[in-house]
Amino acid sequence: MAEHLLDVKNLSVQFHTAGGIVKAVRNISWHLDRGETLAILGESGSGKSVSASAIMNLIDMPPGEITSGEVLFEGRNLLTMPTSERRAINGRRIAMIFQDPLGHLNPVYTVGWQLIETMRIHGIDKAAAEKRALELFTRVGLPQPEAAMHKYPHQFSGGQRQRVMIAMALAMKPDIVIADEPTTALDVTVQAEVLALLAELQRETGMGLLLITHDLGVVAEVADRVVVMNSGEIVETGTPQEVYHNPQHPYTKKLIGAAPGKGAIHDPQGAGKPLLEVKQLVKTYGAFKALKGVSFNLQPGETLAVVGESGSGKSTVARCLLRLEEADSGEAFWKGRDLISMPRKELYGLRRQIQMVFQDPTQSLNPRMSVYDLISEAWVIHPEILPKPKWKERVHELLAQVGLSPEHAKRYPHQFSGGQRQRIAIARALALEPQLIICDEAVSALDVSIQAQVIALLDKLRQELKIAFIFIAHDLPVVRDFADHVMVMKSGEIVEIGTAREIFGNPKQDYTRRLLAAGLDPDPEVQHTRRQEREALPA
Amino acid sequence: MTMTQTFPETTTKTTIEKEPSGFTKVIGMLWRDKFAFFAALFLILIVLCAIFGPMLMGDAALHQNLRGRNGPPFVITQGWLYVMGSDALGRPLLPRVVVAAQNTMMIAAGAVVCSSVIGALLGLVAGYSSARVSNIIMRLADVIMSFPSLLLAVIVLYILAPSVGNLIIVLAVTRIPVYLRTTRAEVLEIRQRMFVEAAEVMGASSTRIVFRHILPMVIPTLVTIATLDFAFVMLAESSLSFLGIGIQPPEITWGLMVSQGKQYLATAWWLAFWPGLAIILTTMSLNLLSNWLRVALDPAQRWRLEINRKGAKANG
Repeated sequence: MAEHLLDVKNLSVQFHTAGGIVKAVRNISWHLDRGETLAILGESGSGKSVSASAIMNLIDMPPGEITSGEVLFEGRNLLTMPTSERRAINGRRIAMIFQDPLGHLNPVYTVGWQLIETMRIHGIDKAAAEKRALELFTRVGLPQPEAAMHKYPHQFSGGQRQRVMIAMALAMKPDIVIADEPTTALDVTVQAEVLALLAELQRETGMGLLLITHDLGVVAEVADRVVVMNSGEIVETGTPQEVYHNPQHPYTKKLIGAAPGKGAIHDPQGAGKPLLEVKQLVKTYGAFKALKGVSFNLQPGETLAVVGESGSGKSTVARCLLRLEEADSGEAFWKGRDLISMPRKELYGLRRQIQMVFQDPTQSLNPRMSVYDLISEAWVIHPEILPKPKWKERVHELLAQVGLSPEHAKRYPHQFSGGQRQRIAIARALALEPQLIICDEAVSALDVSIQAQVIALLDKLRQELKIAFIFIAHDLPVVRDFADHVMVMKSGEIVEIGTAREIFGNPKQDYTRRLLAAGLDPDPEVQHTRRQEREALPA
Repeated sequence: MTMTQTFPETTTKTTIEKEPSGFTKVIGMLWRDKFAFFAALFLILIVLCAIFGPMLMGDAALHQNLRGRNGPPFVITQGWLYVMGSDALGRPLLPRVVVAAQNTMMIAAGAVVCSSVIGALLGLVAGYSSARVSNIIMRLADVIMSFPSLLLAVIVLYILAPSVGNLIIVLAVTRIPVYLRTTRAEVLEIRQRMFVEAAEVMGASSTRIVFRHILPMVIPTLVTIATLDFAFVMLAESSLSFLGIGIQPPEITWGLMVSQGKQYLATAWWLAFWPGLAIILTTMSLNLLSNWLRVALDPAQRWRLEINRKGAKANG
């Protein structure tokens, strides 16, 4: 067998923590050839990033420790190489693209300077570096590349910043590019563009691309081969087609089963008197119009999904309804009373009826309060709901309802995983017995399989308790199984609003269609046809 | 991520077992941190000295013996009261240090507690209320800060009589801006956090948000500043005494003893050394204890103080 470009053999890495030794990866082996895209697929905590960190010498030792294995780059073991030689390889032969480009670009230098600097470190003279930098900016599709050279990182959008990062990674014409969740922080349409750019550049340069991701859709879109990881071990390898259609390991099956957008579509109940009636909601921040007159109705017990990319104003709608922000004009009738113009004192009683679940449960739960305190706070604020002797029992009941156990009540938020924390946040919202829960990207920070569980939980609660939901998301497939109505937003306006069946089956607007086409399907074949559709759509 | 996922499993075991009572739990957590444990013991000793010292040794501390002036330490021919030596008037140092603990602790603790409580409250108001109220409070703090604190103290104590109570007020006022500014800065950051917003959505009142959600996050910082301020206040008090407007002899404080002993440093070092040592040890103990408190109050850090016990239980 021919020698691989990069060959990881029996790598084991462990971390010494106060809680004992954590084995991050155990005996993993994979390889990467020239011109090939290998995807490492796994959820958070699966150890998918650890092998990449080992290659780039990014593991802090201690507490980290590489206990066995070797990483062969062109036949030479990187792990036993002197640091100076590794430094010459890092960046020059093996480059890396990170998830958060803003965090990895220096905010006080122009991006052009940073790109040129990278090249000059590796011994290219100034004039040549400048020429190459301009070439690269043109190549990665930055608008007005010459002007872009003199801009600072904050002046770019998320997608453009990721393009800058790609340009920097490609500066030295590396043999291998490692991309760690390169599109996770980006909007769906931008994600599709960035992935297409990566694939194109790879075809041109013949580099090996190692893609670390949690998203089956990304794998289906670009990968030649995929390695599935779970709790530090490789559970499956193969082509995306093999793995998707014929998964061998139960974990892979579970992961594929959890992918959203395959269940039955809900049909809304008949129309009655609306619970919430929003009319011409307007909100501006200085000169920026966040909402340009948004109107919609919500029936009791119904789910309205609000979908849009970042900056579309979807979260502003929620914040205005809850009076976390004051709307400029417009009305929102909740059972006949206007939420927007209501005095703050009256609002207190209404807080009970409308609750919110936030995007990031790590931040929305007070780290110094136990689960019991977090949930029972609702009754401290609204003592009329429940007399104190019954609190304990009710907390246990609520925890059971969201799939946690009563003994969890004594613990603190940091002792739970992300999915469990979101369940706690949901239990807290339920404690007030609301009639409407607004979920602001409530599942986007969670792993796919956890996402599916939380959505199933919300669906169950809706059926049992007849609660209405406004479900804000940036991703269409997520809302498909859950929503009755879907509202698509773009730059502060409603592009299209209709039943889930209408939106998913027969979208009328180009933007909705583009959004649907940009979503990545876990099935490689579906994804292939979708890519062709996307290319056919007008930009 | 891995850590947060593995952690719950290990804690389940301890929650199933019978929970020890609150007091033994605290003692256990103190014992984990040996430095904090001995710091706590030392502070208890100091507090006992402050309470009972004047009662037991009040007379001995004032007993002059002009033939034994500047007597060296570690000589007990005159009795064990003279183990630390004696001062320029031949008074035994050991009882003086013990007796001085009362005034010193009263002034330092009084000033630190007053300034931190008032400063923190004003800081919370300034951080959480409207911009106008915040501006008024901040400008007042600027006025205090722009005025040299020693000068302020001189003026106030010249007008009022120099007593323990007035000394506490003066020292507290000059230290308020430190707490105020720190608290306000922290509040401005914390009020943006998601859990504050979540509480607001639940209908929590401003008072509840400030005291239940924001204050607990600010307290660790305030406690750390307060312990450092303790030493500052003790020394500031001594410089006031030196100027003749603080505590006056025959009343004594550690600060006063240090400044009185200064002129004999070359010939009788022990005059300034023992009270100085008392100041250093007290401050250091407070610091160690506040460090322990910061960890013990943070649910995410507390396991560091509980971890050994878990191991012991597993073995036993």
